[in-house]
Amino acid sequence: MTKQDWPLYEIFIRSRSGLSHRHVGSLHAADAQMALDHARDLYTRRGEGVSIWAVASRDIVASDPAESAALFEPAEDKIYRHPTFYEVPEGVENL
Amino acid sequence: MYTQGLDQKPEAENQADQAEKLKQFQARIDADEKIEPKDWMPAAYRKTLIRQISQHAHSEIVGMLPEGNWITRAPTLRRKAILLAKVQDEAGHGLYLYSAAETLGVSRDELVDQLLSGKAKYSSIFNYPTLSWADIGAIGWLVDGAAIMNQIPLCRCSYGPYARAMVRVCKEESFHQRQGFEIMLTLCRGTEEQRYMAQDALNRWWWPSLMMFGPSDVDSKHSAQSMAWKIKRFSNDELRQKFIDVTVPQAEHLGLKMPDPDLKWNETRGHYDCGEIDWQEFHDVLKGNGPCNRERLEARNTAHDNGAWVREAAVAYANKHNSGREAA
Repeated sequence: MTKQDWPLYEIFIRSRSGLSHRHVGSLHAADAQMALDHARDLYTRRGEGVSIWAVASRDIVASDPAESAALFEPAEDKIYRHPTFYEVPEGVENL
Repeated sequence: MYTQGLDQKPEAENQADQAEKLKQFQARIDADEKIEPKDWMPAAYRKTLIRQISQHAHSEIVGMLPEGNWITRAPTLRRKAILLAKVQDEAGHGLYLYSAAETLGVSRDELVDQLLSGKAKYSSIFNYPTLSWADIGAIGWLVDGAAIMNQIPLCRCSYGPYARAMVRVCKEESFHQRQGFEIMLTLCRGTEEQRYMAQDALNRWWWPSLMMFGPSDVDSKHSAQSMAWKIKRFSNDELRQKFIDVTVPQAEHLGLKMPDPDLKWNETRGHYDCGEIDWQEFHDVLKGNGPCNRERLEARNTAHDNGAWVREAAVAYANKHNSGREAA
């Protein structure tokens, strides 16, 4: 039996216009057109989408969970980036 | 993200590091955090999930065969369209699950090979034959019903990609159960002969459906660890009992008799009591000696072999297309 090694694609679906594409899963396909065709059959059998993006998985650059502290912790103590940080006196409106 | 299973680096660690990581891992599980593909996880957790998810995927794929038997002989165009859609869903479920398994670092080809060579296990239920049209009703009603019972808790499983795949599967599965019940209902409202067909199908599928929940808790070797890791949320016997409790009233509604003389409502327990499952039969079917084990594997292998030229042609086309683009 010959190994085919069809590349893996990540599939993103826009469920209706006005919303962004959302990752729904992945599939193997020989080429990009087949990835789109299979994505239609696999992920939109019940009208789940109006648009499909297929991205070769090998082209995705991902952050490493081991570095998530270094990446994301600096944001945690900057509570002044949220509007709730600020005092708004009673009676002041439209702020 | 589904991409990140294949680039795991083997880690050399000392035992103290390992123990600390295990502790942190269990703490994340206990806090109901989801584990994602690139996160550190114990080798045994990875192995358990690969086994469980791939067996689940294989079951979906082999599960198409008993029903495929009736696509060309469905009694009406409506039933035929529905059955085609259901079988297509099963293929889809297999593919979602293979993708989820692949995030753990096993390749699709390996998984397919394990199924085709007979090395991998799949649900025992699919090794029973579909002798009459009523069996299609019984499968939807009982087999998909039992599958839903098993699968709903898996939507909350600790491994993210598996849980997400199960959410999709469960959404699609409830139509399967209803269309099966509708087939049974139509037969039960029909002629004497049709009612007999429905009863006969129930007689043959009831016990194998109960076996789908796996060995009893006393004999289940994987359960305790899977519960601690929140891969499993309920024991085999708990889920089996739930299934019996919801299904018996449905059979009464159909006017069918459960093929179990010991089945009766237990007021003090608040559950149905039932007779002993034939565990010898369960183990025989799992070992490969069910009524259709050989036939199923043969059918799968034949389909795979007959499709080889299509896969080869697709690759040849893709290569030609790509080299053309690079030259341009």
